[in-house]
Amino acid sequence: MSTNILTKRISDARAKGRLGLIPFLPAGYPDKARFWAEIDQLDEAGADIIEIGMPFSDPVADGPVVEHASLKCLDAGVNLAWILGELASRKGRYKAGLVLMGYLNPVLQYGLDRFARDASSAGVHGIILADVPFEESGPIRTAFDPQGLVLIPLVGLNTTPVRMDLYAKDGRGFAYFVSVLGTTGVQSGFDTGLPATIRAGLAQAKAAFSIPVALGFGLKHPDQLKALDGLVDAAVFGSALIRHIDAGGDSKGFMQVWK
Amino acid sequence: MKKGYFGAFGGQFVPELLMPPLLELEEAMERILPSKEFQDELASELRHFVGRPTALTFCPNLSRDLGVKLWLKREDLAHGGAHKVNNTIGQALLTKKLGKTKLLAETGAGQHGVATALAAARFGLQCVIYMGALDVERQSLNVRRMKLFGAEVVPVESGTKTLKDAINAALRAWIAEQETTHYCFGTAAGPHPFPLLVRELQAVISREARIQMLDQAGKLPDYVVACVGGGSNAIGAFHEFVPDASVKLIGVEAAGSGKPGDWHSAPLSLAGSPGVLHGMHTQLIQTPEGQILPSHSIAPGLDYPGVGPEHAAYQASGRAQYVSVTDDVALDAFVTLSRNEGIMPALESSHALGWVLKNAKDMQPGSDVVVCLSGRGDKDLDIVNDYLAGKA
Ligand SMILES: Cc1ncc(COP(=O)(O)O)c(C=O)c1O
Repeated sequence: MSTNILTKRISDARAKGRLGLIPFLPAGYPDKARFWAEIDQLDEAGADIIEIGMPFSDPVADGPVVEHASLKCLDAGVNLAWILGELASRKGRYKAGLVLMGYLNPVLQYGLDRFARDASSAGVHGIILADVPFEESGPIRTAFDPQGLVLIPLVGLNTTPVRMDLYAKDGRGFAYFVSVLGTTGVQSGFDTGLPATIRAGLAQAKAAFSIPVALGFGLKHPDQLKALDGLVDAAVFGSALIRHIDAGGDSKGFMQVWK
Repeated sequence: MKKGYFGAFGGQFVPELLMPPLLELEEAMERILPSKEFQDELASELRHFVGRPTALTFCPNLSRDLGVKLWLKREDLAHGGAHKVNNTIGQALLTKKLGKTKLLAETGAGQHGVATALAAARFGLQCVIYMGALDVERQSLNVRRMKLFGAEVVPVESGTKTLKDAINAALRAWIAEQETTHYCFGTAAGPHPFPLLVRELQAVISREARIQMLDQAGKLPDYVVACVGGGSNAIGAFHEFVPDASVKLIGVEAAGSGKPGDWHSAPLSLAGSPGVLHGMHTQLIQTPEGQILPSHSIAPGLDYPGVGPEHAAYQASGRAQYVSVTDDVALDAFVTLSRNEGIMPALESSHALGWVLKNAKDMQPGSDVVVCLSGRGDKDLDIVNDYLAGKA
């Protein structure tokens, strides 16, 4: 079996002695035209995987920064047809692995099978659906599998070993470990030192999953990466990138700091 | 049937971080709720604190005018002024058994917030209520009531700043505080096990009403009619009658102004389609692209773009019918019941009543019609006065 491209991007980064870097930006942020320029910059600056947010009106797993950005994109008319159409027209352009992150309902209305086909043919490798726990994932995986599209498992600090194993059993791509009991961006789980709870949770996730484990939610500055060395394989930055752009920065500058 | 589903509807569409507290709650519901100790305590609370059983009142004057026998199941007489307390007392009791110390809840109009806050006060629990910032402005009386009961009221500034956003905020807060906190969900909706739990706690409405009808009318009703926001008073009013095939079950949604293009709150009877929101697969008011649309009703407690999954299933199976009436019909019913029977219904309940006033002429004469009077109307006086002033 060939290695999944998301798995490979992260292992390649590890082989170079660093963590995989996974920036997140809501599709169409800060505006529809500039968004693609930002994605180009993220790719050129060496993002291993780029996570693109599919905006939803009721994003329960997100904190205020991501929610506000997503609603702004919705107001600007961003939808799945636009995201997938634009990605299809750029197919083959990115070195980074591509992941779409969002909530089930827009995907459901687009049509699970149609979404799987269009996402896959637009060059998307994996999907994160924040409101789909293992129990509800069956029909989604059934639609994604034939297209080689991967549903990325999301686990967290309160995920029991039994549930961790459910996700690990046929987890592909990478596993996303949520570092706080909270929403995106709100609380940073830690500053420079890593609390014992996160350390223990990560160790448990690393033991359960054979695929790489990425840590996300609440990463604010590069010093945090050092504390993660040896404990995870990759790190996701969402709110931090949005804040950086809101403050007048661009993605290239953002990546330089983190790399 | 898949666990947590009613036909094709229901489920647990939540972030993994919420699965542990939902599984804990499900386990508690299955283990603690049926126990004799819990049921005895609940029965005692319902009797001595809530004031149950609530009356089943025959309406002689309107019955004469309408040609059908109109009965009201008087949830307006329950403590707090609405059926909401049946649910909050049960969940507060369960929270104590779980060893948790705090309740959090969403509220739209503030009725569920008030019912949660008074239950928290009674059981010595802390209480935080999430309420859309717009609703905080519109329902200031209920905000003051909640605060008097010792609750903290958090205005939610995100999204449409109404009930759906308050639910989002409460779910987010629950992720962070799950160890010490129970989310006291306010209606028979949301992720499993809430639709089941809330229905079990509200079923007391139809348990009593069925016995009362047999006692007072000597027969089962021909119709049971209830308003549907999230669907808790309706599912409570329907549940015991579901096996009685002769009893027609009618859920009345809020059609809003009725003007083309205006928002409404009727995903079952007007323009809904299946989708996923707030942890459940159900009928929703949404765009073709799956974005949830704002809702509207003059009755703040009906102002919600979704509906509990068991109602979606009853509609699909045909066991219950779902209809809607406009703001005007509800307002007229509010005034009509007040003048003719000396009972002031909540604007929510006025939708159920309004449907009966409008449709009694099409019923078999002499039919027995039970309306679930889910709450009392004092909270709505400002809205109704504005309407009457506009009409004069
Ligand atoms: C008096 C009254 N009736 C009905 C409702 C609607 O809720 P549900 O559909 O859950 O009964 C509310 C909600 O606030 C209410 O206050």
